[in-house]
Amino acid sequence: MPAEISASNALLEARIVLRRAIASKFPSSAEFTLDVAFSAPAGFTILFGPSGAGKSTLLDCLAGLLRPQQARIAFANETWHDSAAGLFLPPQSRRVGYLFQSPALFPHRTVAENVAFGLHAMPSPERGAAVALLLESFRVSHLAARKPREISGGEAQRVALARALAPRPGVLLLDEPLKGLDAGLRAAILEDLRAWQRANPMPILYVTHQREEADALGERLIALENGRIAATGAPHEVLDAPRTQRLASAAGFENLFSAGVLELRAPDGVMRARISATQTELELPLGPLAHTKTGDAIRFAIRAGDILLAVQAPAGISARNILQGTLRSIEARGATVVCRVDAGAEFQVHVTPGAARTLGLYPGQSVWLVIKTHSCHLLA
Amino acid sequence: MQALWLSFRLAATVSALLLLLATPLAWWLSQTRWRAKFLIESIVALPLVLPPTVLGFYLLVLFGARSPLGKLWTDLFGHPLAFTFTGLVFASILYSLPFAVQPLVAAFERVDPRLLDAAAVLGAGRWRAFREILLPLSVPGVVTALVLSFAHTLGEFGVVLMVGGDIPGVSRTVSIAIYDHVQALDYAAANRLALALLFIAFAVLCTVYALNRRVWSPWPARHAR
Repeated sequence: MPAEISASNALLEARIVLRRAIASKFPSSAEFTLDVAFSAPAGFTILFGPSGAGKSTLLDCLAGLLRPQQARIAFANETWHDSAAGLFLPPQSRRVGYLFQSPALFPHRTVAENVAFGLHAMPSPERGAAVALLLESFRVSHLAARKPREISGGEAQRVALARALAPRPGVLLLDEPLKGLDAGLRAAILEDLRAWQRANPMPILYVTHQREEADALGERLIALENGRIAATGAPHEVLDAPRTQRLASAAGFENLFSAGVLELRAPDGVMRARISATQTELELPLGPLAHTKTGDAIRFAIRAGDILLAVQAPAGISARNILQGTLRSIEARGATVVCRVDAGAEFQVHVTPGAARTLGLYPGQSVWLVIKTHSCHLLA
Repeated sequence: MQALWLSFRLAATVSALLLLLATPLAWWLSQTRWRAKFLIESIVALPLVLPPTVLGFYLLVLFGARSPLGKLWTDLFGHPLAFTFTGLVFASILYSLPFAVQPLVAAFERVDPRLLDAAAVLGAGRWRAFREILLPLSVPGVVTALVLSFAHTLGEFGVVLMVGGDIPGVSRTVSIAIYDHVQALDYAAANRLALALLFIAFAVLCTVYALNRRVWSPWPARHAR
């Protein structure tokens, strides 16, 4: 029996290089490379990034379901994979809980038997008690005798979570576990998961490309892009100032533009730029691109919710960018109204249904866009 | 009647042994990423396209006193392998191998690989994952493999004639007996046996297709509606 893992030494450390040929649907690059190094202490670490960034591949490497060419993966005082030393523990010898995108419950076994599967080594009476406790923790006791095909998607994901946690894993890997569930159910399961984590501190790697989940759970976030770590930090730091275009669109930046730098105002920390192929000029922060020169081509992103929409010319406000344009379309999507505005370039603006009603928005209307300098995020 | 009983005994022995042999082979074929896997697949499928007399001829040569195997067998047991029931079992296993392996491979490959991943992460070794997850989820394929290899062995003629000769009680199976009856112009006797075989074959295929028509079928796949 391995020594008891306490929250203080429960550190997962991984350095992974995996190369593999990829399917012909990406003819441009014949090989995908995952090349990452990170450590995850007890608590939630969000793995964030566009699809194809290598998030699931990374989890498979940590679980031992894939064997990367070069790796050193260690948890607490155990080494799981050390390619230099020729050491590779198979998945059944690593203590990981892994929840896939699908619940992957064993269809020929009942819910209780599914949860008991990982408690194979436990004597039978104890096992029954442990299963009952887990089913209760995830509020699925009433389903114990059912087969997986007789329960709903949300219930199946709760059962899968209980099954993954049953053997008391040292590390929990969650691959978009709440995909396809409605918002209420998602919040309830997240709350159960957080409660479990408080009682049993351990590193939890949580893959998502839902911004709300990242914000709700994340203490730390690792942004993956194209097999590499693009950024790490607190979720709001990384996602509010994305450094690359793909990360920006994954993080919910609806407006992405190319522009040419017109003028630098270094003392103010700003520059003026014109959006390519338009006459639209904006003031942007100099940001991380301190070495930008006049005439350089840059890219920047603006979140649709960060743009103010006005039906009269605004005056006397601090925002530096006020653009006049025409409202092209209005589309209600749940609690958001998506407006498309032609202001030289096309901007997407999100307003609330109430605001849309009060302003009396209609297509063809003349509108003004108000954009703060620091709502514009420069991309590398 | 003797011929019918012999055919049954042969078919039952062969399908039972085949299941033991084909299951690990099919498991390996369904899991391996070995590039030369197609070689093994081709060898397994060879009896499907080879005339039974060709297979029977080479087996006869292999069983003969001049081949190392035939010599070893004679040294060990005091009689040659050819023209014995055991020899027939050997030959029939090879002849019916694809009928056992292919339904099993198809069944194993239909099981969601994530279920096996889940079992591994939950601490199950390969053997436990096979026993508790893969095999129970492949039961229709196992039954299909059993039934098809039984039916196929029951009806073989060419291989039996080459390897077994025509010895009553040892190697005169139903299909050989029918041939003998026709040669002797005893059409009534031939018809009784032929009718029995026809009925058995039909019943067996009904069982397979009623059970699961996706596992192995000579008919083109139909899209699910």
